[in-house]
Amino acid sequence: MTTTQQTPPAAKEREQKPPEEQSWRGLFEEDPDREISRATTIRLKEDSRKLLGELLRPYRKLIWLLVAIVIVENGARLAVPYLVHLGIDNGIPPILAGKGSQQLITIVIAVFAAALLQAWARQIFLMRSGRLGQTILLGLRKRVFDHFQRLSPAFHDRFTSGRVISRLTSDVQVIDEMLASGFDSLVTAVLTLVGTSIILLTLDVKLGLLALLSFPALLVLTAWFRKRSAVVYRQTREAVVLVIVHFVESMTGIRAVQAFRREPRNEEIFHGVNDRYRKANLESFRLNAVFMPAIKGVGNITIVAILAYGGYQAYHGHVTVGVLTAFLLYLRQFFEPLQDITQFYNTFLSASAALEKLSGVLNETPDVPEPIEPAKPRKARGHLELRNVRFEYVDGVPVLPGLQLDVPAGQTLALVGTTGAGKTTIAKLVARFYDPTGGHLLLDGVDLRDLSEDDLRERVVMVTQENFLFTGSVADNIRFGKPDATMEEVVEAAKVIGAHDFISALPNGYETAVEKRGSRLSAGQRQLVAFARAFLADPAVLILDEATSSLDIPSERLIQRALKTILADRTAIVIAHRLSTVETADRVLVLEHGRIIEDGSPDDLITHDGHYAGLHQAWEDSLA
Amino acid sequence: MPSEHAVTAPSIAAPTTRVPERSRNLWRLRPYLKPHRWRLAVMFSTAMLGVGVSLTVPLVTRSIIDGPVTRHELSMLVPLALLALGLSIAEVILVWMRRWAQSRTVSDLEATLRHDLYVRLQSLPMEFHTRWQSGQLLSRVTTDLSTIRRFMGFGLLFLVMNILQLIVVTILLLQLYWPLGLVVLVAAVPVVMVSLKFEKKYLRISRKVQDQQGDLATRIEESALGFRVIKAFGRRPHVQRQFDDEATTLYDTEVEKVRLASRFWSFLGVIPNLTLVIVLLLGALAAGRQAITLGTLVAFITLMLSLVWPVTSLGAILAMAQESMTAADRISEILDTYSVIKSGPEELTNARGHLRFEHVGFRFSDDSTEVLHDINLDLTPGTTLALVGATGSGKTTLTALVPRLYDVTAGRITIDGHDIRDLSLVSLRSAVASAFDDPTLFSMSVRENLTLGRPDASDADVQQALEVAQAQFANDLPWGLETRVGEQGMSLSGGQRQRLALARAVLARPAVLVLDDTLSALDVHTEALVEEALQNVLADTTGIVVAHRASTVMLADKVALLQDGTITHVGTHQELLATVPEYRHLLAAEEEEVHA
Ligand SMILES: Nc1ncnc2c1ncn2[C@@H]1O[C@H](COP(=O)(O)OP(=O)(O)O)[C@@H](O)[C@H]1O
Ligand SMILES: Nc1ncnc2c1ncn2[C@@H]1O[C@H](COP(=O)(O)OP(=O)(O)O)[C@@H](O)[C@H]1O
Ligand SMILES: [Mg+2]
Ligand SMILES: [Mg+2]
Repeated sequence: MTTTQQTPPAAKEREQKPPEEQSWRGLFEEDPDREISRATTIRLKEDSRKLLGELLRPYRKLIWLLVAIVIVENGARLAVPYLVHLGIDNGIPPILAGKGSQQLITIVIAVFAAALLQAWARQIFLMRSGRLGQTILLGLRKRVFDHFQRLSPAFHDRFTSGRVISRLTSDVQVIDEMLASGFDSLVTAVLTLVGTSIILLTLDVKLGLLALLSFPALLVLTAWFRKRSAVVYRQTREAVVLVIVHFVESMTGIRAVQAFRREPRNEEIFHGVNDRYRKANLESFRLNAVFMPAIKGVGNITIVAILAYGGYQAYHGHVTVGVLTAFLLYLRQFFEPLQDITQFYNTFLSASAALEKLSGVLNETPDVPEPIEPAKPRKARGHLELRNVRFEYVDGVPVLPGLQLDVPAGQTLALVGTTGAGKTTIAKLVARFYDPTGGHLLLDGVDLRDLSEDDLRERVVMVTQENFLFTGSVADNIRFGKPDATMEEVVEAAKVIGAHDFISALPNGYETAVEKRGSRLSAGQRQLVAFARAFLADPAVLILDEATSSLDIPSERLIQRALKTILADRTAIVIAHRLSTVETADRVLVLEHGRIIEDGSPDDLITHDGHYAGLHQAWEDSLA
Repeated sequence: MPSEHAVTAPSIAAPTTRVPERSRNLWRLRPYLKPHRWRLAVMFSTAMLGVGVSLTVPLVTRSIIDGPVTRHELSMLVPLALLALGLSIAEVILVWMRRWAQSRTVSDLEATLRHDLYVRLQSLPMEFHTRWQSGQLLSRVTTDLSTIRRFMGFGLLFLVMNILQLIVVTILLLQLYWPLGLVVLVAAVPVVMVSLKFEKKYLRISRKVQDQQGDLATRIEESALGFRVIKAFGRRPHVQRQFDDEATTLYDTEVEKVRLASRFWSFLGVIPNLTLVIVLLLGALAAGRQAITLGTLVAFITLMLSLVWPVTSLGAILAMAQESMTAADRISEILDTYSVIKSGPEELTNARGHLRFEHVGFRFSDDSTEVLHDINLDLTPGTTLALVGATGSGKTTLTALVPRLYDVTAGRITIDGHDIRDLSLVSLRSAVASAFDDPTLFSMSVRENLTLGRPDASDADVQQALEVAQAQFANDLPWGLETRVGEQGMSLSGGQRQRLALARAVLARPAVLVLDDTLSALDVHTEALVEEALQNVLADTTGIVVAHRASTVMLADKVALLQDGTITHVGTHQELLATVPEYRHLLAAEEEEVHA
């Protein structure tokens, strides 16, 4: 039956996973996030840097302004200990000498001014940078969302919805964190480091050099930390993804979970992934638990060394008490931000990984691209032509080896054939979910590839088994077929396909919320709503792929009738297993392995002793 | 008889924004810290000792300046420096111990809470799950939990330590030189007042942000899952507009939050500095009058500056506290919901599958009218009943009552004479297996999906079930039965999914088998094969088969017609076809006009 001929890279997959997970999770193509070669890593790094540049560029001026404000703020902050030193060394002696407090008061006023300046700059900075971060984030969200919506269904099949969701939620969240706290702490930390180093050296060269002796130790420590935390970080990310996937699936499939007493086994599995995540977290916390005190240790030892040596120097009168005090105060400020920088490094690590993933998505080009110069089609009539259409999902395995088909405008065409014959594939090609690998599809004489997205979707609408309903009311969901439809039109569409009665019986009629994925409605009712929205869209070509499977026979028949009367001049492609549906078609195609083996009106085909006649007989029997 | 099952209205709260309850919900999480009380003790004692140590360093500094430097007592320099070194190293060790203990506490706390939430969520009934978007649930077990973890681990400790440090330092300052100490004390008043005001506002706004993030996550989820529908209708601009609107709403709230925080934080930053101005002025004047030594002034200022960080960081810590309180509120909404479907005391051994519906009625909790009423059915062991009814007549609902996915709101259902509410859920649900009208497959191997109801099934059992369901294609998947299917794996067509779901139900070998329109997506040929194989399975199993087609009805010994919420007719297919026009209408092969 349905097989894809590919050699499974099973062995490779197996060795990457801890044994306990392997068995239940099963095997599938490797996670596209994982199979990253060195070359791609470098390219991705570049791309993510480019993306960051693109995101920041529009705000260049504002960013420079922010940097200036931070410099002012830090200048004011760093001035305070220096001014205190001046106050003690220069302010007090005159008072002791009875020469008045003029100098002291000047200095105090300076401290006051510095304090106010710092507070003002801080407030402006926090506000502006916070808003900037949110603006960038908003832009990024919109852009990634838009891009996902532009990509082809083939991409979404491959990428899976779980990954789409995590790109737009947790990855964006991580960038949010970096923008919210990272920028501030990084700029502040770097400025403080550079600023204090300079001040220390100017205050006293010898003491300054002694303080800078701590640098090599710090560099070694930081290098070690960076290496370790990169490893731990990856473990954490991998673990959290499993937690999320398992959680979401258990909640969406809760009906099957409960009905099959899956809870204990699920709990076991969840405990496994959750524990793996816990361990990864624990390791990362412990890494910090070693690193942070180590930095502090280097700082403390330096302070003690300065204290001893500085005290000795002061004893000899080489430095003043004021200088020594200021020195000690600055040293404290010197070591605090080091911890911030490493914290920032953690955030930065996550954010750059997230940026890489997002730029990977943004670099995807739609494999079903919009034409650069769209054709200007005439009024839609619905004449479909397939010229030697060839299609393969997997290279070398043609599902449609070369299909020749002409559907005149207004014809209702039924496709019949066993599972895997290629019916759905034809439907998807006509709806341009894929482009053919060979040949052409033409609508009213225009190649589908030359139609703009708007023109195409206005003309061709497909309804499948998977009738997704969105959060909102029943009316909202019907109106999805035509967003500017009036309530009368919505009700009219519902009446035509026989959904009006049940909708009116709902507690709030058309305004009743359908709840999560339409769970407020029965399966058949969901199909009716999906139908109503297709009727409201009123396309020139309507494709129905097993769209009536959950309906009772009278409801289905009502839809057939509507197809015949309301959409009489529309072209329709109908795929159904029930021959009651097929019988009403103008023309039937029987497919096998992507080839047409019978073609004719249903009445004609019954009389021939072919495949269709056989099917019809079986169906008659089943009705008994 | 049914009085013991007094029907309580299910108290399933829809996800609404509740009023923030401040710290109450955070406080109730304290049992989660209990296993870690020794670690907590280590954390707090090392933290306190650490503060003590870091406070003595400036005092040693004072001794060095006042002693060796000012009074020229060089002999004291070395011992004092060694003391300082010892203290510094002690401080580092204390920090390490605290963080090490903390690592374990917080990671365990988060994992345990997540586990408990998961277990609770799994036990909550369908009523709950149809109303809660999984995006909202997910943001609770991820974002909200890490917020709480951060606060419990770091925030809470620092909050306590900072306040403690503030108090101790102020006392020290008062002792060093009380007039200056008093200045510092007075400066605390505006800090406390503004903090209290800030807290209230921030609480409200951070809840708003969290809820809006959940909403946006839901929107994203739907756009990903409904992508093909959006594409088929060309509704990208429409969906993009909706997303942009919600993202912008979130942006506005976030900016409001930033504004609030930036004001508060810079206010907290300016207070210590302004105090410093006054202390410097008064201190220098006092030193000028020789009321205090230079060493004392230096120590005073050093100590005072050690307050800048605790006060400034108070802003961030308070914000963290608010966020974790709202996060705890959101989590409590789940922990406060209990399943109304409780396991009963009796075990069902060797179920024969005698299923009875006695005056059964059912009403969804938010609906005023009954979906089902006065249903009476008696299925002796081994009989198969076909359930026929129009779209939306309540067939799925009726079948969901048997494994107690929903509880009846009137009457009772019995299996082998036991009211199903008296049976343990495990034994009830092992006796009943269902294949649903929308087949759910999990992102796991085919085998794991199939053996859901019977983990110990042998390979032969699995193959047999696959054969019954005509799902042998599973063996031909790229990795055979180990292939991952579902959302994160190989995508299957609707018919393939349905057959796997059918195989899963058959494999469970239940006493009662419920098939809810499970053959709808199969082609005629496959359907015939499945029906033939099902004949054998159903021969010695009690079955309920929801059917739209005569061929499926033929599987059953008798047929029940569901109309207007109740069973109006029971009989064989032929009988009903002959005597009930409505039945003929539902199942008739030809259009009525032709026949009439
Ligand atoms: N996404 C896909 N990737 C690879 N092969 C596919 C994919 N979808 C369908 N196929 C294969 O293409 C063939 C035709 O499938 P389809 O058009 O869905 O058949 P039908 O709708 O007639 O049952 C089948 O052999 C199927 O396995
Ligand atoms: N979760 C729910 N909340 C409220 N009403 C519901 C819910 N699920 C189904 N319904 C309503 O109950 C009725 C019966 O639905 P269902 O049993 O699924 O019908 P069907 O016979 O098609 O299987 C329908 O009118 C439907 O709108
Ligand atoms: Mg198909
Ligand atoms: Mg149903």
